[in-house]
Amino acid sequence: MLHGLAAVFFYLFALVAIGSAFMVISARNPVHSVLFLILTFFNAAGLFLLAGAEFLALILLIVYVGAVMVLFLFVVMMLDVDFAELKTGALQYAPIGALVGLILVAELIVVTGGYIFEPKLLASAAQPIPDLLVRSNTAALGDIIYTDYIYYFQVAGMVLLVAMIGAIVLTLRHKAGVKRQSIPEQVARTPANAIEIKKVETGKGI
Amino acid sequence: MTVGIGHYLTLSAILFTLGIFGIFLNRRNVIVILMSIELLLLAANLNFVAFSATLHDLVGQVFALFVLTVAAAEAAIGLAILVVFFRNRGTIAVEDVNMMKG
Repeated sequence: MLHGLAAVFFYLFALVAIGSAFMVISARNPVHSVLFLILTFFNAAGLFLLAGAEFLALILLIVYVGAVMVLFLFVVMMLDVDFAELKTGALQYAPIGALVGLILVAELIVVTGGYIFEPKLLASAAQPIPDLLVRSNTAALGDIIYTDYIYYFQVAGMVLLVAMIGAIVLTLRHKAGVKRQSIPEQVARTPANAIEIKKVETGKGI
Repeated sequence: MTVGIGHYLTLSAILFTLGIFGIFLNRRNVIVILMSIELLLLAANLNFVAFSATLHDLVGQVFALFVLTVAAAEAAIGLAILVVFFRNRGTIAVEDVNMMKG
């Protein structure tokens, strides 16, 4: 798939991604964790680029690093949490976690290392990738997302809408004593209940 | 040096395992657990993209895009729940989440 210089860059991105992913889970300060997660995503974007998924790589950087990770950073900095206290007893579950992790990585590597592709599978792509020189990756993705996969695209939009409404409903709170604009009240005002006419006698104040 | 799909799959297996291990290691800190879940989803996406490139099939990238969407929604909802929980309890330790006595 990748040869020469591209392979060198694969190893560079892969090593930095693994190292920073390890720092994400082991850093003492969650702010450092978020920053290392951003580094992991940057390297993953590099790996996406190497694999030819240019649009996904840039979406990962713009949407993920630009929005989601900054949201993480905001929440971590906004919450006044004693993180040192949260760290106590952290190593309690480390042995069982390491055991589960070792078994899992061994299984995954055995499974993925022993793959054999059916030759027919390689020849029968549902949506063959057009030549990058003819049609860019973004245009090719757009060609099929807005036609063959339009329903899935709409469902993705609905998922985001539900998430947005959910997040707003969860975090919105009405404090008592805060003056708010009430549009129905404003619209319902008539001259009769808004204006008071007083007869002022000459020479006297109100 | 040649890099094939096996390299990509191995890398994403390692990232996935690091995510799982992170959940075990930071059992008390919900924020790091959420970040570990992001790592898991990133590993899944890496698999999709690697298979998409190997099989010359664009559907893998389309699905990776939808995985990204769901991951973003999950992060937003998770952080909103976290903020509400912190407002109510003043802590984010997972072990304190026993209000419903489940």
